[in-house]
Amino acid sequence: MTTKEALINYCLRIGDTSLILGQRMSEWCSNGPVLEEDIAMTNIALDHIGQARTMLTYAGVLEGKGRTEDDFAYKRNEREFYNSLLSERPNGHFGDTVVRNFLQSAYFYHLYTALSSSKDELIAAHAAKSLKEVTYHLRHSAEWIVRLGDGTDESKNKVQTSINEIWEYTGNLFEMNDVDTLLIKEGIAINQTEIKSKWDKTVDEVLERAKLIRPTDAYMQTGSLKGMHSEYLGHLIAEMQFLPRAYPDAKW
Amino acid sequence: MDNTKKLEEFQAKIDADTKIEPKDWMPEDYRKHLQRQISQHAHSEVIGMQPEGNWISRAPSLRAKVVLLAKIQDEAGHGQYLYSAAETLGKSRDEFIEELQTEKAKYSSIFNYPTLTWADMGAVGWLVDGAAIVNQVSLQRTSYGPYSRAMVRICKEESFHQRQGYEIMAHMAKGTPEQKAMAQDALNRFWWPSIMMFGPHDSDSPNTGNAVKWRIKRETNDELRQKFIDKTVGQAEVIGLTIPDPDLKWNETRKSYDFGKMNWDEFWSVVNGNGPCNRQRLKHHIAAHKNGEWVRKAALAYAAKQKEIQNLKLEIRN
Repeated sequence: MTTKEALINYCLRIGDTSLILGQRMSEWCSNGPVLEEDIAMTNIALDHIGQARTMLTYAGVLEGKGRTEDDFAYKRNEREFYNSLLSERPNGHFGDTVVRNFLQSAYFYHLYTALSSSKDELIAAHAAKSLKEVTYHLRHSAEWIVRLGDGTDESKNKVQTSINEIWEYTGNLFEMNDVDTLLIKEGIAINQTEIKSKWDKTVDEVLERAKLIRPTDAYMQTGSLKGMHSEYLGHLIAEMQFLPRAYPDAKW
Repeated sequence: MDNTKKLEEFQAKIDADTKIEPKDWMPEDYRKHLQRQISQHAHSEVIGMQPEGNWISRAPSLRAKVVLLAKIQDEAGHGQYLYSAAETLGKSRDEFIEELQTEKAKYSSIFNYPTLTWADMGAVGWLVDGAAIVNQVSLQRTSYGPYSRAMVRICKEESFHQRQGYEIMAHMAKGTPEQKAMAQDALNRFWWPSIMMFGPHDSDSPNTGNAVKWRIKRETNDELRQKFIDKTVGQAEVIGLTIPDPDLKWNETRKSYDFGKMNWDEFWSVVNGNGPCNRQRLKHHIAAHKNGEWVRKAALAYAAKQKEIQNLKLEIRN
């Protein structure tokens, strides 16, 4: 594997996670608990899709075969996506969404903080720009976790269950393979174990404020680095890709 | 001061084009008219998120997805500040939403039509937002201050939306035969409902009288409709689409287009609940509201706890 090949894969991991999470967040449109939340969640969806566009475009540039952001988003199959398992989890109720977003945003926050000094200029610039956005996403989701955790008995039970049920997908965020090994050596990527310890701290602080219990680490689901996902992803991308697949000659 | 005197003063202000502000005295009917009109406008923005939201997940490019998302986010924002404007008239947003959900309040009937293909995202932007702008530009001069100011802000964003919708239509009309057919089909389906958005003919419009006298409405339904048709016909020609009205013809004397008869039976049937999506739209709104109840309760409970803690801290300090 060359550095370039590794970097393409690294871009897809980040870009796909943003894309899939953005797609999920856009499902909330007109379904929010209050109008203000509809606006906030649409805004978060917009940020993620914007971030995805940069990373997928960059992957295409690195590859040099003329593939665009849309070729990556609309013309790959399930097994060619590298998004985190967390990002594809269905929205469920508001608490499920908030928990998923919080765990993913805390990851992005520390990832982008670290990648702001990546030796790859574009990755560094993307990280610095996205950091502003994910800082807001993190605050938004964390504030809701505190409100739900320390709100009513019902909300506390609901959000605790959300955390317990999604926990097994968090380990996947920090998995590494030879892509990481190579890019860490080049000073482009960051060692995931460093992010993990910072992520732990953020998660612990927020859960403590929310009076919620952090689940004990047990079995962690795996697979996204090899393009293996839950059954949910296939449906998500089938819907997303419908038009370009149905009308391959059309330009939109 | 007796009511006749107050009414005279009120009318004098209106006639001098001085804006009426929330704390000013106003006739009860003026207040009620505005509560109804502004809340209906707010509900339309919010319900309108559904037919467009229907295509976010299937937008055919990432750029198109982002543009559509941003647009719907704008609509939600419009709903938000229209509710705020309506609240200045002494009713809460919760009350207005309750009226929507119990069908005491209406929203624009156009949103009871389904969005069946991607071209409908073009048609909605171009025609529905286009019609809305004509109305809203006129409402920028409406007599009630908060409503007028909301309109100024909204108009800026709506004209952007209309251009985006037209861009989608233009792109599809120049695309593959299938795309062009989709664009024409969307125009066929949305044309008549769009021109009926301006409401009944002036001769049949029960609310026009006072609304004009009070300068809530600055132009009549028929005047606004004519403006919209006159500016839209040429836009359709430019992109090679045909307006589905065989009677559409330029009238040199009037310097305007003559157009065919609108189907008011269909209009009233949809207004009264028989459109393809009336039940779906309302059910969706109610379900989202209900599903969010526990979240709103939690936020209130949390805020109350924080306030208690704050008060305790103050007590200890004193």
